[in-house]
Amino acid sequence: MASRAQRMPTSLRIASSLFVLLWFILAAFPFLWTVWGSFKVELDFFSIADWTNALTGARTEAVYGSPFTTTGYEGAWIQEEFWRNVLNTGIVCFFVVTISLTIGTLGGYALSRSTYNYTFWLLITALIFRAMPPITLVSGYLLPFFEWNIWGILPTTIIVLVAINQPFTLWMLHSFFKNIPSELDESAKVDGCNQFQAFRRVIIPVMWPGVITTGLFSFLLAYNDFAVGAMLLSESNRTMVPAIAAFLGTTQTEGNVMFAVAAVVSATVPLFILVMFFQRQIVGGLTAGAVKG
Amino acid sequence: MRHKTFLWFFLPTGLAMLLFIAMPIVSVVTQSIFAPHPAVLIEVESCTPLVGCTTETTVDQEATATLRAENPMGRFVGLGIYFDRGHLAVQEIGQIWASNESWGGFFSELGNLPFYRAMAFTLTFTFIVTPLTILLGLVIALAVNSLHRHLKGLMIFFSLLPMIVTPLIGSLILFWMIDSRGVIGNALVNLAGDPDFSLKASTGLMWVALMVYGVWSSAPFAFVVFYAGLQTLPKDQIEAAQIDGATRWQQVKFVVVPHLMPLVTFVALIQLMDNFKVFEPIIGFSAGAHAQSLSTFIFNDLGGETRQLSSAAATSVITIIGIAILLSPVLVRTWRDFKGAR
Repeated sequence: MASRAQRMPTSLRIASSLFVLLWFILAAFPFLWTVWGSFKVELDFFSIADWTNALTGARTEAVYGSPFTTTGYEGAWIQEEFWRNVLNTGIVCFFVVTISLTIGTLGGYALSRSTYNYTFWLLITALIFRAMPPITLVSGYLLPFFEWNIWGILPTTIIVLVAINQPFTLWMLHSFFKNIPSELDESAKVDGCNQFQAFRRVIIPVMWPGVITTGLFSFLLAYNDFAVGAMLLSESNRTMVPAIAAFLGTTQTEGNVMFAVAAVVSATVPLFILVMFFQRQIVGGLTAGAVKG
Repeated sequence: MRHKTFLWFFLPTGLAMLLFIAMPIVSVVTQSIFAPHPAVLIEVESCTPLVGCTTETTVDQEATATLRAENPMGRFVGLGIYFDRGHLAVQEIGQIWASNESWGGFFSELGNLPFYRAMAFTLTFTFIVTPLTILLGLVIALAVNSLHRHLKGLMIFFSLLPMIVTPLIGSLILFWMIDSRGVIGNALVNLAGDPDFSLKASTGLMWVALMVYGVWSSAPFAFVVFYAGLQTLPKDQIEAAQIDGATRWQQVKFVVVPHLMPLVTFVALIQLMDNFKVFEPIIGFSAGAHAQSLSTFIFNDLGGETRQLSSAAATSVITIIGIAILLSPVLVRTWRDFKGAR
């Protein structure tokens, strides 16, 4: 319990509460505003005349007879075929997460159990790779991918994202496996398992919390990627984020901006749900690196 | 674990990184020292009676193709691309240096060189956003920590949003609000009392807007890390400070901040590297005319109709070197930990 001496003076308490409130508005308001505005016409969302129009939807009501309209969403999803991009993102995310967790788990486990010097150098290399912006690698991909005729298709992007994802996955899972006592698999080996059997029978059943946290971050990397997708995918194979960027290029005609707004809101919803369900894991993953130094 | 077992476990991930990270780096470095072959030009003299003779310069397709086939890498130019006008512009710098008496004139002319402009923005962004992020994160962490525990969870949820959301999408959401027709932009117009006031028109304001986005999107990370650190704050130290008569501010300054110091270093290093890569907000804010970063510089080279691979590769190498410099303290520390652990 907080003692009397630790209790805050009223003025500080008010100041602190006001600050939290201010930050809450800063963090949440842009999203709420955009979600609300995505059901309006452009003249309401960008209202020069009177900003309350964005709240009441006066222009929207004048056009559609109701303060809410889903034309932005229809335009984006049906007319501009945004569902294709959503599908592509789904495919990319699914395969990136599955593949990178599969090979990352094996690698991370090996790194955590080997005592030789080279594990250190491998981890350092991974750290350097992790720090490099993906865009710097793209110019290295283009020529060979054109040459081999694999530019523009989803599998190429998936494998590139898996590779870019590996350094982080390895670090995360390495430190996670370090926390699983090696006596567990040692004793399995004494009982006659080989290393892989020990891994499969002893480690796999207890590794899921760490794998899920790592998987979340792999998912975010694949979902949020812009540089790789924009450069390595052909127009028909685009994922969501490059597609939204492309929308912006064609927003000169009226109504199209609202397509982009609707698409942006649609792309934010899965992230919103993700944070809602996995808040604990995300916070845990973010701080895991910090606490270990 | 025996070497052979290790190899089998590590092979898939190792191969992925070798093929798609290590090899591309080699390829980027090679591309940056080779320039594409110029088209072979031939002069053809065509004479028509009465009109006279004209010489026409045309591209000799066949010769160009043979040249490209013989040397698919292009022609070797060494560090030429690094020093050309689009990058380090050594020659131009020499001229500017010679023609300018004062530092002010030197820097203002330096700003006309695209690469240095990108560099200036990247560095300004990195070294302004990082400290502000840490400061804001710390204050939020202290404020949220004093909340009632039911509110804490809710605050953490909403605080995570600016960080988790796709950078391009987050910057678009802010950009639409600060557009002169958007809600914040509109308020600013009224505040400035000038109907033509627009963030998009001014380089300085655009830089500020980009940095506001930078702080907004990375403060949650600092907050979460510091908040976790505050949970491990030893109670007895705070109590001892109170008994010694420390004011609240002194407690924060002499007990809380020193306790969080290792985390501050961690966040600072991560943020320096992340901010150095600043990319999406510039695309999202359509701020290309006012601000370029090293990443958008590469992106523009690659995205244009003529993909300027060599130029992009040279900028990539310079960026990687920059990242390596920022990363070196981390590497040194990891090395020390490793030595200490053995």
